[in-house]
Amino acid sequence: MANAQHAVAPLGGRLVTPVTVVLAGLTAIAGVILLVRFFFGLGAVTNISDGFPWGIWIAYDVMVGSAFACGGYAMALLVYIFNRGEYHPLVRPALLASLFGYTLAGASVIFDLGRYWNVWHLFWPGYAQINSVMFEVGVCITAYIFVMWIEFSPVFLEKLGLKDVKRKLSKVLFFFIALGVLLPSMHQSSLGSLLVVFGYQVHPLWQTVLLPLLFLLTAILLGFAVVIFEASVVSVGFKRPGETPILARLSRIMYWLLAVYLVVRVGDLAWRGALGLMFVPSFETAGFWVEMLAFAAPLWLLASAESRQRRDRLFVSAVLLMLGGFMLRINGFLIGYETGPGWHYFPAVPELLVTIGLIAFEILAYIVFVRMLPVLPKHATH
Amino acid sequence: MNLSRRNFLKGTVAGGALLTAGTAAEARPNKTMPPDALGLLFDSTLCIGCKACVAACKRVNNLPPDPISEEFPMWDAPLDISGTTYNIIKVYNSGKANRKDEEVDGYAFMKQSCLHCVDPSCVSACPVSAMIKDPVTGIVAYDPDACIGCRYCVAACPFGIPRFEYNKALPKIGKCELCRHRIPDGNYAACAEVCPTGATLYGKVTDLSAEARRRLALKPGEKTIFPRGRLGGPDWSYQGVAGKYVQQVYGDKELGGTQMIKLAAVPFDKLGHPPLPERSYASISEGVQHTLYKYLALPAVVLGVLSVVAKRNTKHEDDDDSDSGRGRK
Repeated sequence: MANAQHAVAPLGGRLVTPVTVVLAGLTAIAGVILLVRFFFGLGAVTNISDGFPWGIWIAYDVMVGSAFACGGYAMALLVYIFNRGEYHPLVRPALLASLFGYTLAGASVIFDLGRYWNVWHLFWPGYAQINSVMFEVGVCITAYIFVMWIEFSPVFLEKLGLKDVKRKLSKVLFFFIALGVLLPSMHQSSLGSLLVVFGYQVHPLWQTVLLPLLFLLTAILLGFAVVIFEASVVSVGFKRPGETPILARLSRIMYWLLAVYLVVRVGDLAWRGALGLMFVPSFETAGFWVEMLAFAAPLWLLASAESRQRRDRLFVSAVLLMLGGFMLRINGFLIGYETGPGWHYFPAVPELLVTIGLIAFEILAYIVFVRMLPVLPKHATH
Repeated sequence: MNLSRRNFLKGTVAGGALLTAGTAAEARPNKTMPPDALGLLFDSTLCIGCKACVAACKRVNNLPPDPISEEFPMWDAPLDISGTTYNIIKVYNSGKANRKDEEVDGYAFMKQSCLHCVDPSCVSACPVSAMIKDPVTGIVAYDPDACIGCRYCVAACPFGIPRFEYNKALPKIGKCELCRHRIPDGNYAACAEVCPTGATLYGKVTDLSAEARRRLALKPGEKTIFPRGRLGGPDWSYQGVAGKYVQQVYGDKELGGTQMIKLAAVPFDKLGHPPLPERSYASISEGVQHTLYKYLALPAVVLGVLSVVAKRNTKHEDDDDSDSGRGRK
């Protein structure tokens, strides 16, 4: 991201507020639980087992967390690749949220890795196993985190007054922007591909070789939804004027992408002859309906141009799409996953508290950053 | 370069089509078994459930006892394979369960341990080469020094074999490695070595496969000779009677074949062995990956296009040093 076309400025204001104190407290609780995890093993604080070796620290923190962090990716795609400059004011805040979302998703993997001290093997020739989907995911997410910090660095450079460095960086920034679009396209699709090798263990409502495409389309979709969600929350939370007109335009693009996704999703089910399974009463089917209804409802909510101008509809649609994307990932990795009879999983309380702590830390860091660094658009320009 | 929404969608659909078409085109075939691959033949009709193999496996692999529960620490009686139990004998029960090897009102034993797939999901899944298939013996081996503990192998294995130590600060994956550490001394899989009835038999997979087929051709109740220990080793054979086999060698074709093959008189899905397609999941998964990432060709092309487009679309921002500057739209 080079210089913003729109003026941006630090929000200023107090950092110590009841909200930030609560967020800091939740973060600290997660820190203590993680200490227990590192001394006594994953089983001491989680409910994962050999039947569900991946719990919410993977299915939510990494799969959903990184998808929710696709705002920067989706906006970069729109603004810099499809040259829709009018969306420029949304890029910097979106990128910041992505930066935290991804950095924490990446960092949280360390908590979940049993033999974390070997993690460098992912990047080491001789150890790296290039046929592994996990290898692609690990390397690609790591690379993207670095790329995002570079993309975001003009904000720091502005703050530090390093204009020379900033000017030099801006000459090559286009390359990092291109990487910043390529890398998420790769690993967001691969997060879906992770499930392919599970074979029959993943319910046929989700097991398909189109998983990479489904995960990619929903990642972009979620990127737009999250941008709308965050813009709404920021305008209420920081008592700023809303950005409804631009969000309304954005929602139209989101709307058509959603239509494409649903055609691919239902078409794939039909093509594989799996449509009938959605009427078989089961826990999996319930998960499927929540997922599909959450995706389908915005198609109705945002159908007309007038409805897209309504803040409430935009917000509800964004939340529903986030729920749909959440369910697709939770369904694929937990609800629709079964390795044999007799295995059950529901996250343990400490396990949940770590995930909650991560989210709290993310929000806390976001608040600190927008108050101290030039991220959000200046009021005057609107 | 001001693309309309229609073009945006076109691009998305075209990308999807490319992905779909490529996936079908690039799929790799199943891997094939090394000619001298080693394995086991487990014959459920010969197993008496003595669990000598479970104890022997623990002994040669230096594994600690697994008490039933904290409440009953006096019995080393693992209920399932785990990070510290690599082999177990399970039982199928039906109704009165008083007739051996009968599906109705009967019972039957089944060994659960690594099947040493010809095209293993765990090897394909592992990001750091900690699961390796030996090119000569075909044994699927685990290297804790390489492992990052991500448990993708645990989740991926269609037979639920690799297990993880959830209650250790420094955990490992545990699974049967066909006693590869005993081979250099001229020994072989301890489970087969101690099996009193030859229910677990060690040998070259080609020989084991021929032996399995010989048994399937026998008439139920017919007298025959059963070898024990290892095929090609000292003659420990004895005379017994052929079981009422289901006419299937489990592991012959399943997911491209396994190096532990199984015979039984009760349908295999009742014994925790679901029917599986012949195409290996590893080949499907790697087909998807190779389509998208072979030689990094597709990503390189996409990166090139994205770079050119991004450069054009950010040009107006290059010399712009003030935040209020507005470039062309």
